[in-house]
Amino acid sequence: MIHILLSRWRQGHRTLAYPKTLPALPARFRGRPRIRAEACPEGCATCAEVCPTQAITVAEAGPVIDLGRCLFCPDCTEGCPEGAIEFTGNHALATCQREDLLLAAGEKLRLAKAFDRELMRLFGRSLKLRVVSAGGCNGCEVDVNVLGTVAWDIGRFGIQYVASPRHADGLLLCGPLTENMAEAVRKTYDAMPEPKIVIAVGACAISGGPFRNQAEQRGGVGSLLPVDLFIPGCPPHPLTILDGLLRLLGRLEGDGRLEPI
Amino acid sequence: MSGAPLVSIRNGQALALAQVSELPFAEFRDALVQGVAGGGRLACLCADEQLRLFAVLADDAQGELWVGRTRLDAPSYPAFTPRIPQAHLFERELGEQFGLVPVGHPWFKPVRFHPSWVPGRDAWGRTGPILPGVLDFYQVLGDEVHEVAVGPVHAGVIEPGHFRFQCHGETVFHLEIALGYQHRGLERTLIGGPHALSLKHAETVAGDTSIAHAWAYCQVLEGLAGVAVPPRSQWVRGLALELERLANHTGDLGALAGDVGFLPTASFCGRIRGDWLNLSAEVCGSRLGRDWLRPGGLRQEVEPAMVEGLREKLERAWADTRDAVELLWGAASVLNRFDSAGALDPVQARSIGLVGVPARACGIPMDVRRDHPFGPFREHRVTPSLAESGNVHARAWVRWLEMAESHRFILAALAALSGPADPQPGPLPPLAPDSLCLALVEGWRGEVLHLAVTDAQGRFSRYKLVDPSFHNWFGVALAQRGEQISDFPLINKSFNLSYCGHDL
Repeated sequence: MIHILLSRWRQGHRTLAYPKTLPALPARFRGRPRIRAEACPEGCATCAEVCPTQAITVAEAGPVIDLGRCLFCPDCTEGCPEGAIEFTGNHALATCQREDLLLAAGEKLRLAKAFDRELMRLFGRSLKLRVVSAGGCNGCEVDVNVLGTVAWDIGRFGIQYVASPRHADGLLLCGPLTENMAEAVRKTYDAMPEPKIVIAVGACAISGGPFRNQAEQRGGVGSLLPVDLFIPGCPPHPLTILDGLLRLLGRLEGDGRLEPI
Repeated sequence: MSGAPLVSIRNGQALALAQVSELPFAEFRDALVQGVAGGGRLACLCADEQLRLFAVLADDAQGELWVGRTRLDAPSYPAFTPRIPQAHLFERELGEQFGLVPVGHPWFKPVRFHPSWVPGRDAWGRTGPILPGVLDFYQVLGDEVHEVAVGPVHAGVIEPGHFRFQCHGETVFHLEIALGYQHRGLERTLIGGPHALSLKHAETVAGDTSIAHAWAYCQVLEGLAGVAVPPRSQWVRGLALELERLANHTGDLGALAGDVGFLPTASFCGRIRGDWLNLSAEVCGSRLGRDWLRPGGLRQEVEPAMVEGLREKLERAWADTRDAVELLWGAASVLNRFDSAGALDPVQARSIGLVGVPARACGIPMDVRRDHPFGPFREHRVTPSLAESGNVHARAWVRWLEMAESHRFILAALAALSGPADPQPGPLPPLAPDSLCLALVEGWRGEVLHLAVTDAQGRFSRYKLVDPSFHNWFGVALAQRGEQISDFPLINKSFNLSYCGHDL
């Protein structure tokens, strides 16, 4: 017993102070991309060509990145001879609408907004989530799971992962929705009481991610269910996931809708 | 053992297909049967659309690998499984992927529940839709016997899989595991590659094993392109692999503590695992080590200026880990639960072809880093960490010994990284046509195997992925026999196998 107490003392209090202060992210962390369209030579589409998930289209005003497809890999930043795309350390990426994930040069990302009054009344102080892996590589689950550890401790925000869909207010899905998981996901959703929300975590759940061209999956959970929150990344950093959840709950400062890039 | 007439091959080596001549089927089969009887292990068995069969035998004690191939003249052949039990899942896979029928297979059922890759040739003659988990489960009958079905959706943040228990009271007579829910077509999509997404597909075979699979993929490409990786880059790859091992072993020991209700270690390790993941992110920006390796070398370097900072963080995380994990070995309630659950014996383990942590926990000294060394492990030898009792405690203890070994290795790696970083690797030369290349990496769960076969243009005509989980799932079922069903979470966690790595 004395050993346990001594360890407890040595390990100390390690829950992050977030959201009061932001935890330090590594210098090489790849968060929200920044596009400098003025650097793009006319007719150049190298970034779009090298992007392995075709997340980039080149419009008249410059490249547009679909964060729902983006794997946050350095293919475009390395491929662009002008350095017109770079990854910033900004972790805030989650949106409520699929089309809000399209990021163009100079435009602001329309981040997720808080629940309406009724949902806020129901879920604002207690949001129970059922997490289901709908295919994928288990990478997103790693970083969803980590939010339950003492470092992040999502319980302090009233968020909890629950064991049964009957107990859940929301369905948090990872993975591209494999053919073999479609029925199980549908049944899980049907077993949840109304009102209920769906959260898509990771490039797979939003767009099929690296598996998007494969017939064994359905290109994201939006093909089956209405999605209320999209959290991009491959996998998203735990901070990105928590940021999205807290925006839904109206717990982050600022209006949660518009934020400068 | 002697694998002849199979052809000897080194880890990472490419051979022209002409050097691996097609054996008559009977010779191929006899070589496998005798090889396994002589102490060898069937590391891989796969087919392609042209009815070619490829096999890899490993003699871990002698540090030898053997590869061979044959061609079937019809889509059915006498099954290997009755003579080589560890072929059983591979042969089910041959049936599912290419409609081949191993005649006499005692347990011939689908593996991942997808249609045959060869339209119109289905091993079970199925024509309708294929539903996952719908199969003829083995059943025990009797008045007092009952069946428990769990999954695919589980109660925690876990991947999907279906478990069917045949129980007599609390005792499990038999467990059958049906997977495939995560199947996303990885091997099929690699055919015709390498594509722009192929490295990413390797990294996402199992997200928690990104480095081991990426390394195996890189080794395959480097072997086929005839490219050597500079020594400093090899050290960095080793650092990446051992950080992955430390993070996952820390998480597993914490989760095992949680499963027996020992909360101090459970909660400490949950957090410390994140510290290990953050060390990887320090170098490559991704907690799972994405985009760290690239064929020919590295994508993200450990600059000499970073070394001191990494060493400090390593030592802090290691001190926390030791403090948290050592509590386990002094807690009688933990040891009692760990000791009394999930035993496998070495005979069973060898017979089913177990690899990695569960095999070493049965006292079988195998570790790719020592037996078939690659990268920095050619010079910096690693001692396999062993235990004897084959139960939950042994699997936990082996992890702990391995973590100390990883820590030692990383210190050596950091010491070797004080010199300037290697230049970024250029694009690879074209891959050798009509060749095959074999790569093995000791991931944190065990042996990760990639086998690539190229066509006349140097594209993949077949790319076989074998995650250690593929070998080991049957071990979970065996370890559960005769045990209480309430111990299943503990036994399952002590293996902590990958569903997606199995399902591909």
